[in-house]
Amino acid sequence: MRILIVGAGIGGTILANLLARRLREDLRRGGVTLTVLSASPSHLYQPGLLYVALGEMSPAELYRDERELLDPLVRFEVDPVTDFMLDAKKVATRSGAVHDYDLLVIATGSRTVPEEVPGLAGNAHSFYTEDAALRMCRAVQAFDGGKVVIVMGVPHKCPMAPLEMTFLLHEQFVRRGIERRVDMLYTYPVGRLHSIENVARWAAVEFDRRGIRSETFFNLAEVDGANRLVRSEEGSVVEYDLLIAIPPHHGAPEIERAGLGARGWIPTHRRHLTMQGQDDVYVIGDTTNLPISKAGSTARFQAELLCHNIAARVRGCSMTRSYDGKVFCFIETGRGRASYASFNYDEPPEPPSPSRSIQMLKTLYHRMYWASLKGLP
Amino acid sequence: MAPDGTVIDARGSFCPGPLMELIAVLKYARVGDALVVLSTDAGSAREIPEWLRKVGQQHVRTSEHDGVWCIALRKVK
Ligand SMILES: Cc1cc2nc3c(=O)[nH]c(=O)nc-3n(C[C@H](O)[C@H](O)[C@H](O)COP(=O)(O)OP(=O)(O)OC[C@H]3O[C@@H](n4cnc5c(N)ncnc54)[C@H](O)[C@@H]3O)c2cc1C
Repeated sequence: MRILIVGAGIGGTILANLLARRLREDLRRGGVTLTVLSASPSHLYQPGLLYVALGEMSPAELYRDERELLDPLVRFEVDPVTDFMLDAKKVATRSGAVHDYDLLVIATGSRTVPEEVPGLAGNAHSFYTEDAALRMCRAVQAFDGGKVVIVMGVPHKCPMAPLEMTFLLHEQFVRRGIERRVDMLYTYPVGRLHSIENVARWAAVEFDRRGIRSETFFNLAEVDGANRLVRSEEGSVVEYDLLIAIPPHHGAPEIERAGLGARGWIPTHRRHLTMQGQDDVYVIGDTTNLPISKAGSTARFQAELLCHNIAARVRGCSMTRSYDGKVFCFIETGRGRASYASFNYDEPPEPPSPSRSIQMLKTLYHRMYWASLKGLP
Repeated sequence: MAPDGTVIDARGSFCPGPLMELIAVLKYARVGDALVVLSTDAGSAREIPEWLRKVGQQHVRTSEHDGVWCIALRKVK
């Protein structure tokens, strides 16, 4: 049985390590092979980019060598997939190699596409890639007062990042003593401050307390850089001096080119995590089209489930488990406090009041990230 | 009865939620396309038509069956 995982981010790495542990004997004997193909030799701890943009972490702290993170029984190649030939059960890679598989897992994540909004690239700062976060850091350091506008495209990964960035930026302005010269406007695409109602309610109170203004039902239409204006689909126009954007996202371009899913989002069975119509292809993490948060925790829960189901298939056992839509996200609320949202398809999130102890857990999670990629038993 | 148009299955979506799922798809639909959002969130049956009005798109009808709301719409511009 040849298992091929494409993508070595959170989902791909955890799944490979869990499977290596579960199928150790089969892998040693050679009855099963487990190969991971990725676009990069290193693994980026993406949540750290938030702190790079704020000047609190350096990019060097966020990278590890992917080979070191993977179990030695996993074959790892830095050779991105350029084509998926699902009918023939093969993928082709940039080097010209062709890999056959019996089971394929696609975990190629998502990426920002600022060019989807006219004027966004070049006029807005972002923190979703290393380069963007470094540029944003310089812009924030140089900013000495004026209008800060926070905007976001849809869909975007990490639904908590926009609020977290807003609170942390405000905190930095207070620390630097410039908050009286700063007018902050947070915008959001739907009719409240966050998709999760409780989070939205709580954010409204915290915004009032800090004097942060907000506008809801604000979907990015275009940015007029010459006049420093942002227009929304809903007809609103706002002025900015410093524009912070979470650009809209797409999946990997190779997914779309191969016709696996529009804009790189792969139609995925919400319970089995198989690609629709393809029993031998699984999809996890950001690149699914499932209506749940694109977050590291989502990829992690899905990897745990798939490990069980793939191991069952290898052993010829039909006892598979069903994904319940589980997501867990910490929410950094500033002033040394944090909360969290935990939910699935059936149970709504009910974030507890922000506290220092949850913040401590979040810090611990930062520190535990690399260890947790090994796959907790 | 099968819904008429592209189906956005947002059942069980608390975050990002049915409206955000719709926004992500509507942008790339063609003018004249019919879309249907399936949602288990009562709030979205109110919020989606409200947003469609704001952006000048057409809300066709909303129905509910066994706790699933079916919000039909058309991209008109
Ligand atoms: C600023 C920021 C803050 C965040 N904060 C949090 C947080 O606090 N909590 C949380 O849970 N999530 C957070 N996230 C989101 C989280 O990082 C992602 O949702 C998560 O990494 C998705 O996992 P994934 O495995 O699907 O994709 P990724 O981890 O993005 O990995 C994708 C992998 O696919 C590879 N790849 C891409 N194309 C190809 C190809 N053609 N061939 C082979 N390989 C390919 C890439 O090299 C990469 O290894 C944050 C993200 C950002 C940007």
